[in-house]
Amino acid sequence: MHKSYGEHVAVDDVSFTVEEGEIFGIIGSNGAGKTTTVEAVAGLVTPDSGSISVWGHDPVKDRAAVRELLGVQLQESSFPDAIKVSEALELYSSFYRHPADWRELTRLLNLTDKHNMRYKALSGGQKQRLSIALALVGNPKIAILDELTTGLDPQARRDTWSLIEQVRDRGITIILVTHFMDEAERLSDRIAVIDRGRVAALDTPAGLVAQAGAAQQVSFRLSQPLEKSVLAEIPEVTEVKVSGDQWVVTGRGELLSSVAGALARAEVVATELRGDQRSLDDAFVTFTGRAPESTEGKAD
Amino acid sequence: MRALVKMVRIETKLFLRDSATLIFGVLFPAGILIGVGSIPAMAESTAATGGLRSIEIWAPTALVFGMVMIAVQHVPAVIATYRERGILRRLSTTPVHPRTVLLAQMIVAFAFVLVSAALTIALAWAVLDIAPPERPLEFAVAFVVGYAALLGIGLVSAALVRTSSAANQIGTTLFVALMFFGGAFLPRALMPDVLREAGEFIPPGLQALTSAWSADAGDVTATVSGQPFWLQITIMAGIALVTCAAAAKLFRWE
Repeated sequence: MHKSYGEHVAVDDVSFTVEEGEIFGIIGSNGAGKTTTVEAVAGLVTPDSGSISVWGHDPVKDRAAVRELLGVQLQESSFPDAIKVSEALELYSSFYRHPADWRELTRLLNLTDKHNMRYKALSGGQKQRLSIALALVGNPKIAILDELTTGLDPQARRDTWSLIEQVRDRGITIILVTHFMDEAERLSDRIAVIDRGRVAALDTPAGLVAQAGAAQQVSFRLSQPLEKSVLAEIPEVTEVKVSGDQWVVTGRGELLSSVAGALARAEVVATELRGDQRSLDDAFVTFTGRAPESTEGKAD
Repeated sequence: MRALVKMVRIETKLFLRDSATLIFGVLFPAGILIGVGSIPAMAESTAATGGLRSIEIWAPTALVFGMVMIAVQHVPAVIATYRERGILRRLSTTPVHPRTVLLAQMIVAFAFVLVSAALTIALAWAVLDIAPPERPLEFAVAFVVGYAALLGIGLVSAALVRTSSAANQIGTTLFVALMFFGGAFLPRALMPDVLREAGEFIPPGLQALTSAWSADAGDVTATVSGQPFWLQITIMAGIALVTCAAAAKLFRWE
């Protein structure tokens, strides 16, 4: 799809398929086009060109059908201050043909003792959990969760993560928009990296790291002498550094096992052998040419 | 339908939790009528009041307080807040159309203005010995059509403003303007003819309400060249239609 607002191109050319039952992560910097993309899937934004199919339905033309299938947790949305948790859930479940049991959802989301609380009195984490509950109350096949842990404290983030996994285990496909790399890496089955309105890469978290070909490092100590060339000759190795008994080997691919094998063949004993696994952060930099946002706050 | 019923129920609860609107929109009209009615001068009749007590002529103004308060101040403020805070946007991702929200708001606003009016009329009768509307059917028509015109104005304001604070400012300005013609600051009986006649075109149409409540009071406030009752009603209905159509055209969910 493609979407511009006047001169500003929000989404240039984004294309992807989400498989049933997976957690599909969408990562990107602020303003990369993540939110516009999922809002188009939800039918809130009409693309200028391209097509979107949600279980065979067009979100704009088959508005009603798509809204029955889709549960949405939006970045900029809210509820009346004075509404109680139970009222919001009752109200939203009345919108759907086959709603879920909202009482059971409050158990899943740990809100059972908050039924009579007014929205205004809820903490940030409780508001987020209510928002997730409301996204699930229509028994959706797909849930779109946009930046749902932004502004939460670390414990609440972790709780929310395990919750998302429980939601997926109920058979709900999840589209997770986030600018937190750790969140995307931990939860997603596959991730689309969106940069400047385009899909820069799309793969499993491990696949993205491998695709990025980011250099890995293996470090160890050797008490015996060893010729540098023994390690430098390994095809995966690009660089060997020695300072005293501390060795640092840089390379790609299955670096750790290659190095360990070479050391064993040379019959030397390495101690403190560790491989430094490159992360999604590094892959993100490779694909977008910039560091992931580390600041808390509103994304695009 | 199920969604509308549920939404009306919950919006009713939210209205009851909004104490300012409850007090000023629902309880205040009856209160101010009793208050003004207890002023000795209002119990007197003069040549200008055609032998009626001043309060008998002023009574419909108390009704207008509640009508204007709810239709022009409360409804636009709620809708602007719902828009500003993304509540409408969130609703638009569900199968319910946000139009249902507007309909629910109008139903709730109408229900509470009825309570407000019933309370005012009942207390006027019980405490001030002002007889209930003489022509109940005409009164009901004048009330409903006049209120629809006010709601139309409120909805246009809700459609145009971006923020809840702007909604409040416009609401207050409209409140003062409408209440002026509603006789809150200067009893209609004392207004020059040109203002009285202008008032026939200004929602909720106080002259029609007054004459349907008490024909004698209506005679006092009517002018020689004023419009007949049903023409006043037609004018209000026209304003209601035009404003509601404009609101529907101008409305933005975000």
